[in-house]
Amino acid sequence: MSDIARPPLPGLPSGRAGGVLATYGVWIAAAVVLAVLPHVFASGLALTAMCLMGTMIIFALSYNMLLGQTGLLSFGQAVFFGLGGFLTVHAMNVAESGGVPLPLAVFPLFGGVAGLAFGVIFGAVSTRRAGTAFAMITLGVAELVSSSALILRHFFGGEEGVTTDRTGLVHLFGLTFGPQIQVYYLIAVWCFVSAAAMYALTCTPFGRICNAVRDNPERAGFIGYDTQTVRFISFSLSGLFAGIAGGLAAINFEIMNAAQLGLAQSGTVILMTYIGGVGDFVGPIIGAILVTYLQVALSDVTDVWQLYFGLLFIGMVIFVPDGIAGLLARQRPLLLARQLHRVAPFYALALVPGLAAITGLSMMIEMTNQLAVHVSDGPAMAFLYVPFDADAPLPWLVAATLLAAGTWLFLRAARAARHAYDEALAASRARGRGP
Amino acid sequence: MRKGLVSTAFALSMLGSAAMPSMAEDTLKIGYVDPLSGGGASIGQIGLDQLHFIADTVNAKGGVLGSKIEIIAYDNKLSPQASLVQVQKAIDEGVHIIVQGNGSAVAAAIENFVAKYNERNPGKDIVYLNYAAIDPILTNQSCSYWHFSWDANVDVKMEALTNFMKSRADIKKVYLIDQDYSFGHSVADAAMRMLKAKRPDIQIVGNEFHPLVKITDFSPYVAKIRASGADTVITGNWGQDLALLIKAAGDAGLKVNWYTFYAGGAGGPTAVKQANLPDQVFQVTEGVNNIDYTPAQETARAYMARHQSDPVFYPRMFNLTGMLFKAIEEAHSTDPGKFAPKLEGMKYATFSSGEEGIMRKQDHQFFQPLYISDFGPLNAKQPFDEEHTGWGWKVVAQIPVKDTVTTTTCKMTHSE
Amino acid sequence: MVEIVLISALDGVLYGMLLFLMASGLTVIFSMMGVLNFAHASFYMLGAFFGFQISRYLGFWAGLVAAPLLVGGLGTVVERYGLRKVHRHGHVAELLFTFGLAFVIEDLVEMVWGKLPVDYRVPPSLDFPAFTIFSGNYPAFKVFELLTAIAIFAALLLVVKRTRVGLIVQAALSHPDMVGMLGHNVDRIFMLVFGVGAGLAAVAGVIAGPALVTQSNMAGLLGPILFVVVVVGGLGSLSGAFLASLLIGLVQTFAVASNASLAGAFGDLVPSGWLQAYVGDIWNVTVAQVAPILPYLLLVLILIFRPRGLMGTRES
Repeated sequence: MSDIARPPLPGLPSGRAGGVLATYGVWIAAAVVLAVLPHVFASGLALTAMCLMGTMIIFALSYNMLLGQTGLLSFGQAVFFGLGGFLTVHAMNVAESGGVPLPLAVFPLFGGVAGLAFGVIFGAVSTRRAGTAFAMITLGVAELVSSSALILRHFFGGEEGVTTDRTGLVHLFGLTFGPQIQVYYLIAVWCFVSAAAMYALTCTPFGRICNAVRDNPERAGFIGYDTQTVRFISFSLSGLFAGIAGGLAAINFEIMNAAQLGLAQSGTVILMTYIGGVGDFVGPIIGAILVTYLQVALSDVTDVWQLYFGLLFIGMVIFVPDGIAGLLARQRPLLLARQLHRVAPFYALALVPGLAAITGLSMMIEMTNQLAVHVSDGPAMAFLYVPFDADAPLPWLVAATLLAAGTWLFLRAARAARHAYDEALAASRARGRGP
Repeated sequence: MRKGLVSTAFALSMLGSAAMPSMAEDTLKIGYVDPLSGGGASIGQIGLDQLHFIADTVNAKGGVLGSKIEIIAYDNKLSPQASLVQVQKAIDEGVHIIVQGNGSAVAAAIENFVAKYNERNPGKDIVYLNYAAIDPILTNQSCSYWHFSWDANVDVKMEALTNFMKSRADIKKVYLIDQDYSFGHSVADAAMRMLKAKRPDIQIVGNEFHPLVKITDFSPYVAKIRASGADTVITGNWGQDLALLIKAAGDAGLKVNWYTFYAGGAGGPTAVKQANLPDQVFQVTEGVNNIDYTPAQETARAYMARHQSDPVFYPRMFNLTGMLFKAIEEAHSTDPGKFAPKLEGMKYATFSSGEEGIMRKQDHQFFQPLYISDFGPLNAKQPFDEEHTGWGWKVVAQIPVKDTVTTTTCKMTHSE
Repeated sequence: MVEIVLISALDGVLYGMLLFLMASGLTVIFSMMGVLNFAHASFYMLGAFFGFQISRYLGFWAGLVAAPLLVGGLGTVVERYGLRKVHRHGHVAELLFTFGLAFVIEDLVEMVWGKLPVDYRVPPSLDFPAFTIFSGNYPAFKVFELLTAIAIFAALLLVVKRTRVGLIVQAALSHPDMVGMLGHNVDRIFMLVFGVGAGLAAVAGVIAGPALVTQSNMAGLLGPILFVVVVVGGLGSLSGAFLASLLIGLVQTFAVASNASLAGAFGDLVPSGWLQAYVGDIWNVTVAQVAPILPYLLLVLILIFRPRGLMGTRES
């Protein structure tokens, strides 16, 4: 793709935004959506999942302060998430037993403070380096902290972790926080405030300096900024928000345990952030929602969900390296120039064989799984509600055809779509210059 | 087949339509929440296979109270948080009975969640049946009315094990090696306490803790055991930590007797056979296949004919389901609020030997005869080998119920 | 005392060499090519399972030859059709690609070989105690492990430092464009290097498989320890990785032998109210208990005070 097609720099406010409504409209809309969501998706599971998504959005955004804004690859973000959560749980338990009159709503702050404090401590150690050395220090610190968590059994509660009861605190406005819906709104408010704060941060001069340090540390150093200090501040603030996310997770589940600060959790946040797109502020939000949804729902559909998970990542980095947000951002100039209709049919054209190829592939995976793992259940199975025998040749033929033909057609259609995109982009640039 | 459904149901599940197409309303739903993917999947899958086997057997005879049993599996990836999401999902889908076993962290989280859920949602009771998590905390400090535990907890197992060991005069020096987390510490603490009380002459020559699943080479630990002069090792290790420890001991030619909790777990028998330590590894369990009791052996054969690749067997799962169905029939209700009282204090002829066990009302811990068995070559009267090794578990001693009873600190409210 | 020191030293060297055996492939891929290859442990696992499968029909030695070739071939395919496309999007993209690959390989292995450990055995020709020290046996297979590690180290060193191929590889890593201009096919060089790295991982798998536990979760259980070896040794340095393996092996083994703790050094804690339980956790921890965490501490310290690692040529 041409250079112009690259996503706009992170955090760059839209240059065309005119007036208060356009600037704040997005945020007002987000607030409305957050308020209405639990009435659209009302089941217990949906509420639980949305609470999880809310905390993960804060967590992923906090991670993107490092990866996307400052260009730091960290393997230890969950350390702050977990420590924030533990501090929150302990604070709640102390408040409950000591009768401290604090409402539940303020407790994520304890998590944030803990995240910030540990961010300062570990940041002082790790941000002295950048690049791979920084990444490896965070890996080491993450392992040290998560291993210590099992040894320091009194603070971390051993394997079982520490439990708490969110209903035992002072009830402000009659809110007990027993019902999940109340917790949802608590998380939603915190999520909104944190996201706004992190967005505001990207617009400050400090946010811009972070970008400079990411893009060209040497030049940033030459014009007088201490890159190490910039990394340090960014790292600490990122710890603050990760801590808030951890605090909310602790309130949501009423339990915190050592697994929450391990490498697996840190890996998850890297995946969320990258899949959503590091180059755009909304990227991690999209990534957090998508990955959480898959984690909650995918294991119901297939028991080899990890395989699909893996294939999804591989597909994403190969075909959509700048993430979902990057893909969307590329459509923006077309949308503004009202040229999107010229490419949309091509997208649809690519989508159909793409879906066919995916169907063929997953059919083959499921049939193999049936024959290899579920031997004792026999070859009878169903795929997309269609029952058949996994050891019959016809389904294999169908699957192979779908996969092969789908892939071939998809690649052709993708080429055509790319061509159409380039043309439409050129046209919209011409229009932009015109009047 | 629930697993075959794709995508549309996927989106619907979020919209809160509880009814999945394949689920008929009049079934008795049992939600199985255990790891079915990732590192813990090998053990989670066995429990699920067993539940399916039991459900099929019972359904063939007409089900329970006239309704068929439906097992619904929820993959918790061995994570407490993911488990809670899955339990919520199960509740949405109309499940009132949750069965889980692997991981005390998960068990504690579910126990806590279920207790709070029932308190906050009166009249919509959920019951949690635990078939394998054995941290004593579950039936002591954090015990709950809605939790029932079928596997003997650490203290109970150690009580049985030490009651057996106290009569073995050849035990003089004992070495303890455990994983460095709460379960490992409970094992070590219980062993220290009970050996000191029952056999003050036994010397504890080592009390070692090593990090959980982080060791690839156990030779330094084996060297330490050898240097201590121990003749017996007690360990709560499981999985890779047990397999590698035993193999390292075999490699180094260490001659001691191993008293374990989990040598019979997946991969354990293979490791003992590879280490070539016949009749030196012992375990304490609620039963093994080679107990001469025909009903149990017939069931085991039927199960293994169906699952030839994973011929592992938990008798406790049969006790759990048997007692659950009995309670439901006695209460004439599938509502946990109604049948849970029937489980309390229930006496039940255990699966492995037909001898009676009892669900203690005070803490909901099931007490049953426990067996000490050792692993080695079999004779003609011992038909079951393990993991196709040719070796099997042979009963050395049966510990009667009265010799397994421990005290509990549990104080629960029974009036619910 | 002498007994403990001698045995610990021996165990430490043996463990260190096992580490090097596992890390040698990663040294080539991560240290030389700069690819954060999280699928390294997966190639190692594939090596073990291929070795197991082949050994059932043709014996262990056939597996030792064939499995690495197969996995190495697979590695070149992965590089050619996957990593190469991802490479230009930077390290994080590579990392995620290999991350995804690790998921896929684990599930495929589960499908084919199941989730339980397989019975992969030491070959009968090596299944005897090689020597006995202080009544502890050292199996011949461990000695074989050690010799293989040294042989791989020597061979790699020879190829990289002394041959024309090694020279081109080294040049291609630092100045790919220039080497390309000189008429060498840089893409193919990268592909081969990756293949060799994957193949070496498989060698480690074939050898470690029977010694450890061959199971579908063995890749995940290995954890990030191999990255520690490579980084502590220093990026781009083969000798550094070798030295780091030895160092980590010895540190960890000697630590296990020590029962020292703060409580041992300064006496038991004076009772001090509610804090006692929390401090007690730290106070009573023995060095042996934290032994396996020490490599990570070493990693952090090395990177702070000597970011190039023991013998590294560059920082990143």
